[in-house]
Amino acid sequence: MPTDPWLAHIVSKFESEILADWIQHQLAADTLRRDLMSEAELVEQSRAFLGLLREAVQKGNLADTTGPEWTPVREMLACVSRARAKQGFTASETATFVFSLKQPLFARLRGEVGTDVDALGDAVWRTTVLLDKLGLYTAESYQKGREEVIARQQQEMMELSTPVVKLWEGILALPLIGTLDSARTQIVMENLLERIVETGASIAIIDITGVPTVDTLVAQHLLKTVAAARLMGADCIISGIRPQIAQTIVHLGVELTNVITKATLADAFTVALERTGATIAPRSGHV
Amino acid sequence: MFESGSSVERIPILKMGSYLLVTIQVDMHDRLATSLQDDLTARIVETRARGVLIDISSLEVVDSFIGRMLGNIAAMARVLDAETVVVGMRPAVAITLVELGLSLPGVRTALNVDKGMELLRGSVERVAKVNSRGRRQARDA
Repeated sequence: MPTDPWLAHIVSKFESEILADWIQHQLAADTLRRDLMSEAELVEQSRAFLGLLREAVQKGNLADTTGPEWTPVREMLACVSRARAKQGFTASETATFVFSLKQPLFARLRGEVGTDVDALGDAVWRTTVLLDKLGLYTAESYQKGREEVIARQQQEMMELSTPVVKLWEGILALPLIGTLDSARTQIVMENLLERIVETGASIAIIDITGVPTVDTLVAQHLLKTVAAARLMGADCIISGIRPQIAQTIVHLGVELTNVITKATLADAFTVALERTGATIAPRSGHV
Repeated sequence: MFESGSSVERIPILKMGSYLLVTIQVDMHDRLATSLQDDLTARIVETRARGVLIDISSLEVVDSFIGRMLGNIAAMARVLDAETVVVGMRPAVAITLVELGLSLPGVRTALNVDKGMELLRGSVERVAKVNSRGRRQARDA
């Protein structure tokens, strides 16, 4: 489909008037979020978008917004919707940015085309199809932006929740909190092994007090971590096994016989100290 | 490039006191592994070594073949009354071996050469103590 003569005509002829109308519409609309975005910013975004739209409409074909003529427009929209996703706009508030341009454009089209109903209908239809596409693209970018935020938070949570703590010379502790899945086990394992190399630790205590449930899969992940640490030359002790979890492990028939297990981190620490040749004794006078 | 049995392609075995030291720095393949097993068992018998320390800290890639080879060497050395310790395994290698299901159950491991030697000395001394006690008991009886 070739470029629409009427649309190209009005956006180049009335650019500043359309911009003024559009901004007025946006400011009057109840989807405006003054708490999240200043008026100056909105004006700036609207002006930039309308300018890019004018260039694209003049040279581009309206049927296909994925073409190279539309790249600047798409980039600008993606940028705006990602920024809005981070600022806390809803999906419809973000998409309204594009959809609210329809009314000022239609008003100008009506004024220019005059009484030729067929021509006016055509021009309005093409414009509405174009803006719908751009609006949907905005919504998609918004969603992508939100997904990126979620992915980043997941990553951060994973890193936060697997600290490796040095308890004593040669003794590391790994307090696990939350469910263990394969992706997390991988990160836990890597963190632990790297810290073993860094600190030269010979004993690692894996504390599972914060692990809500232990099923066969979680147990398998734990055993993998223990085996990998052993290959590096460090022994593992699993501590923090709650009474319920001890029962579950036995009912499931999970073999933990090759691993030292202790009920509390304190017990595990005592064993680890003994292994490394240190002891804790109360000072004389304190009993 | 080299023919099998050429001296260039062998892995050097160093003698340090009553222990043997092997550092694997090149990619292992069948022939190299076989020649290492031949050489090592011969050297254990020849030097009456009590312990073998295998350093794999420069190996970045380990497959199931090398994993099995390490297990085999440890088993062979044990038959000849020598302890084997594998030292310096990299984190990535350890994870790979575990994912492959090879946790090398018969092989002792240590973080670095220092700790490996400590482990070897400890276990050899322990064995010596047990043996001398056994001898004394036999004499007293």
